[in-house]
Amino acid sequence: MINAVGRDIPEEILKRTGKEVFQGVHHFDGHVYRKHGPLTQAVINSEGSKLVDSIHDVLIKCGIKDGMTVSFHHHFREGDLVVNMVMEEIHRMGIKDITICASSLGKAHDPIVPYIEDGTITNIYSSGVRGKIGEAISNGKLKGLAVMQSHGGRVRSLVTGEKQVDIAFIGAPTCDDYGNCRGIGGKSNCGVLSYAMVDSLHANRVVAITDCLVPFPNFPAHISMTRVDYVVVVDAIGDPEKIATGAAKPTTDQRKLMMADYCTKFVVNSPYFKDGFSYQTGVGGASIASTISLAREMKERNIRMRFGVGGLTKPMCDLLINDQVDCLLDTQDFDLDAVESVKDLRHYRISAGQYADPFNKGAVVNKLDFVILAALEVDVNFNCNVVVGSDGVITGAQGGHPDTAAGAKCAIVIAPLLQGRIPAVCTEVTTVTTPGESVDVVITDYGIAINPRRQDLIEAMKDVDLPFKTIEELRNIAYSIAGEPEKVEFQDRIVGIIESRDGTIMDVVRQIKPFEFSEE
Amino acid sequence: MNPNKKRLRRTMMFLNAQKPGLIKDPYIYKPDSIMLDLEDAVAENQKDAARFSLYHALRSIDYRGCERVVRINGLDTPYWQEDIRCAVAGGCDAVRIPKTESAKDVKTVENAVVQAEKDFRREEGSVLIMAAIESARGVMRALDICESSERLFGIALSGGDYTKDLQTHITGTGVELMGARQNMVIAARAAGVQCFDTVYTDLDDMEGFRQDVETIHLMGFDGKSIINPRQIDIVHEIFTPSQKDIIFAEKVVREIDDKKAKGIGVFTVDGKMIDIAFYDGAKRTIELAKASGVYKGDL
Repeated sequence: MINAVGRDIPEEILKRTGKEVFQGVHHFDGHVYRKHGPLTQAVINSEGSKLVDSIHDVLIKCGIKDGMTVSFHHHFREGDLVVNMVMEEIHRMGIKDITICASSLGKAHDPIVPYIEDGTITNIYSSGVRGKIGEAISNGKLKGLAVMQSHGGRVRSLVTGEKQVDIAFIGAPTCDDYGNCRGIGGKSNCGVLSYAMVDSLHANRVVAITDCLVPFPNFPAHISMTRVDYVVVVDAIGDPEKIATGAAKPTTDQRKLMMADYCTKFVVNSPYFKDGFSYQTGVGGASIASTISLAREMKERNIRMRFGVGGLTKPMCDLLINDQVDCLLDTQDFDLDAVESVKDLRHYRISAGQYADPFNKGAVVNKLDFVILAALEVDVNFNCNVVVGSDGVITGAQGGHPDTAAGAKCAIVIAPLLQGRIPAVCTEVTTVTTPGESVDVVITDYGIAINPRRQDLIEAMKDVDLPFKTIEELRNIAYSIAGEPEKVEFQDRIVGIIESRDGTIMDVVRQIKPFEFSEE
Repeated sequence: MNPNKKRLRRTMMFLNAQKPGLIKDPYIYKPDSIMLDLEDAVAENQKDAARFSLYHALRSIDYRGCERVVRINGLDTPYWQEDIRCAVAGGCDAVRIPKTESAKDVKTVENAVVQAEKDFRREEGSVLIMAAIESARGVMRALDICESSERLFGIALSGGDYTKDLQTHITGTGVELMGARQNMVIAARAAGVQCFDTVYTDLDDMEGFRQDVETIHLMGFDGKSIINPRQIDIVHEIFTPSQKDIIFAEKVVREIDDKKAKGIGVFTVDGKMIDIAFYDGAKRTIELAKASGVYKGDL
């Protein structure tokens, strides 16, 4: 069945998942449903401790068995050790057919690939995957399906009970023996626990894993003891070097700076740039450079931001320090400056649900004026791909991309016209992850295209001195330089789906066909 | 005369001809010229590989109006002749001679360029020449060099080698370059060719770079060699005439055209005495404003 972004979703996958095809960003606006509640085991005794000796013991206490779903958060990013240690133990116990439901997986989790190959792990729900897990999935090693969810979409699936988690494992930088978790402090300081807050509310069993046990009460708790069943203390839950490093040095790459300048010029000339505006940006070089140049413009024009959202980095936190923004709403911290900033009283921790769940009674993303995003590919319909590489292999994550694009009044995607020698602006993206309906502007090093759906923005930019082009013109330039790329060849088998934030199917990902050089 | 001889050359950006990432699309930064380097940036044992990528880049990339100059290896090396053949065959706009010390050097290169134009069926005179001056001897012979060939569009100072020859070094103050800069720009103007200043290598000192560009702009240079696209905007900004200058130049051109018809030789514009001697300068300002994309008038 053809969905609203023109992708043909096979009946087979609709039947298998019980899902519908994507029918537009606002299709479910006003949808009424009853929330799902997790199993909860009451603790009335006064034994006073939830400490369990080992991962092995806690798995037994939680009743681990074949076919269960276990969940993880990705606040430790490429420094995460929790997924690997839990999966290693599950594998050792001979458990099979596990579904991993992670807020995201990265290269840090390459060691679980053998567990995919031997059937310990058979399904993966994640914002995305990189490295060897992506290769394994795209090569058909995962027996079940990889379901790629946006941050908001993941929360929706947990809240509605569409995805039920048996055991949530929450890496906690600090925790007391009764399960009060905080994202700050300890050796694996990651600032906030926004993704895990949701798991703690919706999983049947919740296990806190920490390498820094502190005396009760670890208050104010980011995740309360009232939601935690067990606490396990281990040597290390993360590699601090890879969790949050010093702020990245602002880029000196002129190409990125040029795109950042275009972006800032676009933002300041748009109707939304006025006192009290709101803004979110990513962690790429050009995004960070845009925040820096935007801060300069705000100062010059005496414009103040009401709130900034993130995925936070130093330049966003500098806005707070320099009193250019009233407050920050934080779901994740990407550098030590952002982690440190969490202590500021105007820096608010929010859950992934508050941030982006499309099925709650209104998420923060709906209040965004601007979001600055990146993309692997954008097509002439403004559809973006942030998950599947141009070689057909899964190599990225949805993150908050579709959530913020849907919510923000002005969603800007920055991408160099050519990624290496591959056109980033193309006729049709390899896989649709964010619908063009919610992407307003594409900024490249060769020019800027405004989505024709946004005649208001086109009108507003009429006299602005920026290199405006149509998206087709950008595509044509890219093809004139690099040639029109041949389509990636896939096999028939569907290895994954791109789940829209509302739970419908945006696109499918098929097993790749090994490339063969032709005889000619 | 090759119509490109007098084109606008405020920025000439050095790029290692062997690096695909650098040479694939430098035009997006809008330098007036790019300098595809076969000389110092390329290791001795990579000269052939660099020529290969240079040739294919010139043949296949549309540089969108950006002038393509190729810096060949020195005449004291075994490489320069093949460099010229490769650059001309590829379709370059000009070659830059390093370490030029005499008119004879220019003639030697000119002969090779003429031959290459014939060999590769390019229009005669389509490839221009510029000469880099890198020694005290070269500076002293600047006028000879400037007048050596109809193909020569300009000379450029190469500060690193020149200061070594002078037994000093780059100080950042410009004092060590003063004599060469002055001598070269005077020689170039006397011969009616262009003059370009040396690179500024400290990319972290953008303020020092700006001062350097302001200095050479006031001295009369036509442009500056640059090593990074970050430097382009500053040079273009400084070399772009102000609106005040443009308006004044417009008045001067119009008044001279008008008064000439009426047989009046000397008159005033905005209280300043003007005669025909101002005409070329005013025209140049308009041309520069047009080329810089800031001229909205109809002259």
